[in-house]
Amino acid sequence: MTGFSVFSLVRNALSYHEKWPRQWRSPEPKQEYDVVIIGGGGHGLATAYYLAKNHGITNVAVLEKGWLGGGNTGRNTTIVRSNYLWDESSAIYEHSLKLWEGLSQDLNYNVMFSQRGVMNLAHNLGDVRSSKRRVYANQLNGIDAEWLEPHQVKEFCPIIDISPTARYPVMGATLQRRGGVARHDAVAWGFARAADSRGVDIIQQCEVTGILREGDQVTGVETTRGTIKAKKVGVVVAGHTSQVAQMAGLRLPVESHPLQALVSEPIKPIHPCVVMSNAVHVYVSQSDKGELVIGAGVDAFVGYGQRGSFHIIEGQMGALRELFPIFSRLRMMRSWGGIVDTCPDASALVTKTPVQGLYINAGWGTGGFKATPGSGWTFAHTIAHDEPHPINAPFSLQRFVNGYLVDEHGAAGVAH
Amino acid sequence: MKVIHCPYCGARPELEFRYGGEAHIARPEDPEALTDEEWAEFLFFRKNTKGLYRERWMHAAGCRRWFNAVRDTATYQFVAVYKVGEAPPDLGNGEG
Repeated sequence: MTGFSVFSLVRNALSYHEKWPRQWRSPEPKQEYDVVIIGGGGHGLATAYYLAKNHGITNVAVLEKGWLGGGNTGRNTTIVRSNYLWDESSAIYEHSLKLWEGLSQDLNYNVMFSQRGVMNLAHNLGDVRSSKRRVYANQLNGIDAEWLEPHQVKEFCPIIDISPTARYPVMGATLQRRGGVARHDAVAWGFARAADSRGVDIIQQCEVTGILREGDQVTGVETTRGTIKAKKVGVVVAGHTSQVAQMAGLRLPVESHPLQALVSEPIKPIHPCVVMSNAVHVYVSQSDKGELVIGAGVDAFVGYGQRGSFHIIEGQMGALRELFPIFSRLRMMRSWGGIVDTCPDASALVTKTPVQGLYINAGWGTGGFKATPGSGWTFAHTIAHDEPHPINAPFSLQRFVNGYLVDEHGAAGVAH
Repeated sequence: MKVIHCPYCGARPELEFRYGGEAHIARPEDPEALTDEEWAEFLFFRKNTKGLYRERWMHAAGCRRWFNAVRDTATYQFVAVYKVGEAPPDLGNGEG
């Protein structure tokens, strides 16, 4: 595979961009691999990439039932930040953010990571206190965080209505300047291309239908393209984690919910940063194409339909209109849903399981995109060493038994 | 908007209801006797079924009473509703 550079761009421009090679192979599955990763989204592909890069394990297959990045990787609002409250979460999300900062160079693929700043608004005294607490906690953990008074909010994002009579008065905000957005498809494609170039087989249109066990040891997977043997299997399937875990006889503390998002018609650059409001469930940024990318809340019920209830969108658009009067006549182009797998404490699972050789990476809930590189990095370590890295050790299944929950409902951004 | 049939009040819009998660999770008879693993199972572990699922709903903006429903979590269609204490309908998918 040839690397991308300014010279390759010029060369291909001269041939009218008709001679770009395929970016990854489409191999037939082999009979056996050292590691099989179930799920070809961002997290699964990142896991395969870091297995190859950090641990020299290249006899790896990524099995994807649909197409790469077609699940939550292609359905989220692409926000990247690390301003979580507890030390455990700070460590994993900040590790991830540091990987984001060098990711385009590392992958030789432009993931369009734009550190334009993420603001989390506070609308009442409770918000103000918990937000300031989070700012101080972040600072103690060496994560950049600032508290902004309302006039500073207005300076940073001039289109917000901060008048005290507004329905959702802005009483301040936290700001993480290193936060921002990235291009979601490019993240999946960049990891796929980089993993493939190190020898990983990426197999699409291959659904796992069973997990094979001999006693307590995993021996492989049944798929729609035949049996594939492997002594180590990583499950990275987000919304369908419970179903795949059930194939191995495991029950999990995970519930799947629909989470919706929508985009507006493209407009000229007007919105300079990412604004999130936990209380009214607006989170909005502007894509490089000019569309506003807007996230809504989760539906409370368990759902696998990749669509949610209309009243969620309605409530969310009402709040958007109150916060940003300038958007009142903007038309929305598309809305969609993804299936987010949530744990009771709003933190993830990156963990070994009671089944030897079976590993689960799940429960990222409403905020998994930002964790993509860190999740893959730590999960690859867990699979390679059969032991979690200190960074992801707190995110074990065991925490639901011993009570060491990592309660991040406050920082997760979306209530669930 | 979806219409949900409250067994006490009849058909009402989805907005009036609150969700209560998986149904028929019995509170432990003898809480003192439970191990940590059993507590974790009771508190946190759920079936999270894709397909027909028995779950609890509450008519929050109406009679405020809890009831049970069978709903398809893939299509979101309500198949049955029944009052607390009534025998759950057989789902035909092995769920007891």
